[in-house]
Amino acid sequence: MNEPGLQDIWVYLSASPLLGLTITLVAYGLAYRLYLKTNSSPLANPVVTSVAMLILLLLATGTSYSDYFEGGQFVHFLLGPATVALAVPLYQQFSRLRQLWLPVTISLFCGVVIAAGSSIGLARILGGSTEIQMSLAPKSATAPVAMGISEKIGGLPSLTAVLVVITGITGAVLGTKLFEWIRVRDDTAKGIAMGVAAHGIGTARAFQVSSQMGAFSGLAMALSAFATALLVPWLVDLLEAWLPV
Amino acid sequence: MQFLNGITLLLVYQLVGEITVRLLGLPIPGPVLGMVMLFVTLMIRGKAPESVDQASTALLSHLSLLFVPAGVGMMAHFGRIADEWVPITLALLLSTVITMVATALIMQVTTRWFAKPLPEKEGGNE
Repeated sequence: MNEPGLQDIWVYLSASPLLGLTITLVAYGLAYRLYLKTNSSPLANPVVTSVAMLILLLLATGTSYSDYFEGGQFVHFLLGPATVALAVPLYQQFSRLRQLWLPVTISLFCGVVIAAGSSIGLARILGGSTEIQMSLAPKSATAPVAMGISEKIGGLPSLTAVLVVITGITGAVLGTKLFEWIRVRDDTAKGIAMGVAAHGIGTARAFQVSSQMGAFSGLAMALSAFATALLVPWLVDLLEAWLPV
Repeated sequence: MQFLNGITLLLVYQLVGEITVRLLGLPIPGPVLGMVMLFVTLMIRGKAPESVDQASTALLSHLSLLFVPAGVGMMAHFGRIADEWVPITLALLLSTVITMVATALIMQVTTRWFAKPLPEKEGGNE
């Protein structure tokens, strides 16, 4: 009987970050392959499939999220340097940005205010608690930024991280269809909208459409991360003053 | 070695960003300040060094992967999401759609208003 042996191995593995890290990369690898197999269908978004696989696996083996995160944190940590890395596409698109600085500034300002304002407003109308409203407010910004803001305005940072991911997936899945319906064909406008509304996951999708859309989406994600950090706490105060709960 | 230099530089900027934000009590997250500082550095230097370019391309080309552990965090919030699933799902979905549509339309309209009409397939003539 090698039952006790397996048990020992499992005890070792579940206490080590190796397992969480490895299953994250394996699940993403499988999900990405599936995504390519479906000709990059937005419905087979690799984040959706890998998150689903991992949750099912963790539930099936009775592993807690905190045990998984011992390993998952190494991947999660890279969101920080990835945010810094956005300076590079921003710099590379600078000449194009300089020509379009006024439209981009106006669109970003409106987009960030609409993203935060509409999520607080809708959640409030639909009866969501203040904690939920505040966790939703920064959902269109990239994860580390959104989590930082959520904490400042009284949301739950870890819930915000989840909502950020769902928002990104929603944007990536619906984006191209929406732009078709409203007849926006310019890759610059599509990219800016994708980056403002759906941050990195939207940007990954935008790069599939065209490199110009991807670059502008990355640019919008970088700028809106900055704008969200500056505007959302102020917007929350303003809403508090105008529409007290 | 190039890649290692690039990653090191990104981490140094993030670290300086985090420290500055804490020292000065700024309202923005550390990595965002790090991004701004790196952007300013690139502007001053006039080009992105190969190492930084490589490291940032590597990180950004699999950006979706980096969101996976946070997404799995959903399982730790099942209870709360189940309690308030109507406001959460509807607000999230509608708000994302509204934001995307509004931003795309605003960008399209303002580009027509403000940008000098450029001939097609010709960029960057300042």
